[in-house]
Amino acid sequence: MTGIGGTPIPHAPGFVANDTPRIVTARFDYEDSYTLERYEATGGYQGLRKALQQTPEEVHSEVRDATLLGRGGAGFPAGVKWGFCPPGVWPRYLVVNGDESEPGTYKDRLLMELDPHQLIEGCLIACYAVGLSQCFLYVRGEMAVAQERVAKALNDAYSAGYIGKNILDTEFSVDIILHWGAGAYVVGEETALIESLEGNRGMPRLKPPYFPAAVGLYGQPTIVNNVETLSNLPWILEHGAEAFTAIGTESSPGTRMVAVSGHVQRPGVYEIVNGTTTFRDLLYSEEMCGGIRNENQLKAFVPGGGSAPWFTPAQLDLPFEGSQIGPEGSMLGSGAIIVMDETTDIPAAALTLTKFYAHESCGKCVPCREGGPWLEQILRRIVDGLGTPRDLDLLFEVGETICPGDFPHAAVPSRGIEAVPFPYRMTTICFVGPSAFAPIHSALTLFREEFEEKVAGNKNRTMIEVAVDV
Amino acid sequence: MNHPLDCPVCDKGGECPLQDQTMAYGPGESRFVEEKRHYEKPIPISDLVDLDRERCILCDRCTRFADEIAGDPLIQFTERGSSTQVLTFPDEPFSSYFSGNTVQICPVGALTAAPYRFKARPWDLEQVESTCTTCSVGCRVAVESSRNQLVRYLGVDVESVNHGWLCDKGRFDYEAVNSDDRLVTPLVRDDHDQYQLLGTDWGSALARAAEAIKQAGPQRVGIIGGSRLTNEDAYAWAKLARAVIGTDNVDAQLGDGLPADVVLGLPTATIADACEADTVLIVGPDLKEELPILHLRLRVAATKGQTKVIEIGPIATGAEPYAQRSIRCRSGEAAKTLMALLESDDPLGDQLRDGSVVAVLGRASMAESATPALEVASVIRDRLPHATFLPALRRGNVRGALDMGLAPGILPGRTTIDDPSESLINRWQTLPEKAGLDTTAMLQAAATGELDTLILLGADPLRDFPDRNLAIDAFRQAKTVIAIDNFVTESVSHADVVMPSTAYGEQGGTTTNIEGRVSRLAQKITPPGSTREDWMIAAELAWRLGGDLGVGSREEIWCEIEQVAPSHAGVTIERICGPEGHEGILIQGSSIKPTLATPQEPPVVDGYGLRLVSGRKLWDAGTGVSHSPSLRHLAEEPTLKVHPGDLQRLGVSSGTAVRVISTRTTETLLAVADATILRGTAVLPFNQPGGGANRFIDATALVNDIRIETL
Repeated sequence: MTGIGGTPIPHAPGFVANDTPRIVTARFDYEDSYTLERYEATGGYQGLRKALQQTPEEVHSEVRDATLLGRGGAGFPAGVKWGFCPPGVWPRYLVVNGDESEPGTYKDRLLMELDPHQLIEGCLIACYAVGLSQCFLYVRGEMAVAQERVAKALNDAYSAGYIGKNILDTEFSVDIILHWGAGAYVVGEETALIESLEGNRGMPRLKPPYFPAAVGLYGQPTIVNNVETLSNLPWILEHGAEAFTAIGTESSPGTRMVAVSGHVQRPGVYEIVNGTTTFRDLLYSEEMCGGIRNENQLKAFVPGGGSAPWFTPAQLDLPFEGSQIGPEGSMLGSGAIIVMDETTDIPAAALTLTKFYAHESCGKCVPCREGGPWLEQILRRIVDGLGTPRDLDLLFEVGETICPGDFPHAAVPSRGIEAVPFPYRMTTICFVGPSAFAPIHSALTLFREEFEEKVAGNKNRTMIEVAVDV
Repeated sequence: MNHPLDCPVCDKGGECPLQDQTMAYGPGESRFVEEKRHYEKPIPISDLVDLDRERCILCDRCTRFADEIAGDPLIQFTERGSSTQVLTFPDEPFSSYFSGNTVQICPVGALTAAPYRFKARPWDLEQVESTCTTCSVGCRVAVESSRNQLVRYLGVDVESVNHGWLCDKGRFDYEAVNSDDRLVTPLVRDDHDQYQLLGTDWGSALARAAEAIKQAGPQRVGIIGGSRLTNEDAYAWAKLARAVIGTDNVDAQLGDGLPADVVLGLPTATIADACEADTVLIVGPDLKEELPILHLRLRVAATKGQTKVIEIGPIATGAEPYAQRSIRCRSGEAAKTLMALLESDDPLGDQLRDGSVVAVLGRASMAESATPALEVASVIRDRLPHATFLPALRRGNVRGALDMGLAPGILPGRTTIDDPSESLINRWQTLPEKAGLDTTAMLQAAATGELDTLILLGADPLRDFPDRNLAIDAFRQAKTVIAIDNFVTESVSHADVVMPSTAYGEQGGTTTNIEGRVSRLAQKITPPGSTREDWMIAAELAWRLGGDLGVGSREEIWCEIEQVAPSHAGVTIERICGPEGHEGILIQGSSIKPTLATPQEPPVVDGYGLRLVSGRKLWDAGTGVSHSPSLRHLAEEPTLKVHPGDLQRLGVSSGTAVRVISTRTTETLLAVADATILRGTAVLPFNQPGGGANRFIDATALVNDIRIETL
């Protein structure tokens, strides 16, 4: 593997076990996987040709039949989402959400860096199915290599006649516009992304309407899809929905990419079979992560990006199946697994995550804008050994302001605590606010003793003393 | 959480929703022990508004107001999340004419007004609802005072007029009322030293004034001004002139408006009509400078798509950014341009013909006569008979003064002198036989010795009349000039008898806005010195002239108006003071037939000449601004703005002094290139500190041209 412009690709991508076809990472092993030549030589743009021979309705129903779940975090079926556009309202837009910023997630980056043409082909198929002629490709501001390669791929595809007017000599015309983000996590939220595209501050819009498909970019119906979701389309069109649903389970077909980071032997991005692969398979199998580093014990892991409630070894045998993860108190989210072994300082780990979300709050909703940084400050003084036992309750009180009611968490069999199912209620427009509280809640629920240990010496400290020290 | 606990020194303390919420629901002790946010406090974001970012709760009201309502998006959120702060762009102050509204809508003490800062505590304030008379839009305001000083005006949310907004001039010019420069005692010209005005008592001043009026005789007296007065004052003076003195030489406008028969006789529109019309046609002054809240209402309506604005005029105005079309034409050629538009196959023509139209009509430039505006009215009446009109007139209660008969040939209640109402004749007994002179004609008559006594009712012809030279001649030739005013203006300083009158907030009564909407004024403070209300002065003079106005209070005057003025019949004090009066009572309808002008070809500008265009600025050298310490420095020195191509042609570089020659005078001015100005046109503001355009203008000419020479 080589990178461009001195940015090496940090982790070797994984592969699928059990001889299942690799759907989106098929070309990752080639050094020139991102070029048009390589893409065409390995069956590129065949899905598009096939789609153009069918009617848009046929393509749409093919995707609907494939039950392609959105890979951005919410896991909503793409085919169904496309159907939400109000009839007769034009123009409509496709917006590609390449603003991947969830802590621990870096699968879309690889897809854009290593196989941009696959994404472009996916966009074209989606545009054809829904009848769109304008597509906006929003790439995260920090992803310099991805931006370069997507830009190059777009230029090549334009020259080769895959994008533009009368694509492949048909009546179908699409323009794809590349847009770079300015570096805000919250812009991964689809309505914030639309605001950012329009040139406004990246802040989520008030809901309802819940889906931009009704009112989106420039007030028009807009479909927002994740990079990985769209990257699946060429394969689905080429091989058919049936071949896709043959992989994985009925409710979660196909494969999905997971990005593993943390204390495993071989962290990286792996394309796994959806629905059947378990966390244990992923983390411990020799062909994938190869177990925990230094033969240590697993302490906890985040199953779906930094904002997901944490799991403990007790949940290792759960499969990658949304309908099973939810009731156990977490979510699959963006497919980022962060692994913590027994040496991890849990309060400090929670602080790292909370700090991120506190910093990334856009400031639109007060509970998140003020609550996030406050949570961070309380947690920091606990980690620094200056907190009091009162602070542990205070963390929950502040969290309650952002997420009233029971917050989801995994079961703790050793303490007789049962799981609270996903999702939570919230007082904010988007998930950034709850995300700041999620790591704290998980850490404090699952590993309360570690926090108590840190504040034990300060039992008699008054808040005034704390204030003076802080 | 991060909000500082500085309520005891905060202007908002006592009327702060955040303080109220905290008092009602907050725990006594904060759980937040961390260090709060710290910013430099306060920082001035404009000359009038200070920003304390520590107190800001980031509610977005001010930034949204600036962007969505005022159309001056000069303040914005910067940074993100808990570091978000409201700021201006670097080196660009929040110099909006409407910046004061952000202070009013700020829910905490983050935005404070520099003139009000630390002046009073909310619980010391007394408030009464009134109407702003700074311009003729008539915004409803809450007037607040503390220790008999006006300290703050707040906009009152009135659906039909100002929607709660005020312009900064209307909001902050209370400083002038409180000013130490106020005229508080009568003055008379020293018999031994003609350069000296001496303080005197009311008896002597009134006697001298009455003597001058008596000696001159009815035909040789002229009364100029009256737009500053309330309706009751205006009526008293109209009655004094006609029934006691016996003259019809009265004019509330200073040669810068439209003839009274046109204002009162054209079918009228309201501001709301304009905001809902399919098209608003603006042919007149820059509304943003002269009638700011009308501009604001039209801007909001146009940006929301409720109406479409077309403007025809010689200069780029504040309406340009939201106008569907801004048509530039040379000064004096608006009627020709409108005619050409209607005769072309431009879709705008159909839009005007087929949809509802409200024409905002006024004098686009002080350097052109009323004729071009009348020509436009004539074209509209002829081609767009369904159009209604909103007059864009200068000065506070000008409409009320015209309604009350302070115009030649016009009697109270929108009737003419040829057609007086029965009840009016019963009350007034006598009337002059024929229509008198307007301001221009009065000044001309005075200059040629045909008028002996000029009475100035809050008027400053030397500064406000378009033709300064004519006004100077008139002052020189007139035997006696009697001035009734709040301040020693330039005209007052040349008067022979000066009587101090009460100012805004010191008197009750009613006022009428450009729509014809009558609303209440409120007395909030006691007047300074021995100032008297204008109607009292009229009553005293009547008595000394051997007559009797027959009124003893403002209420009595209004009752008489209600009886003798046909248009005002049924508008009783009870209605004005009742709940209906909150919005003001709209009085439409009139029996006057306007006399319009048919379009004529304006003179061609010769190759060396530039057509002069002169409008008023919000921040000018008028009494309100120049006597308000916070506003005074906002008025800029005048510069002559010319298209860079014209400057190049004349061999002048931008920013240099040039000799400006008109038929009236030759003077030196700074010439500045401005590409937004039409070629062949020169723009000079009318009344700025250091002089204005009135020196160059010939009021008798249709349009005025100037020439530029290098020094």
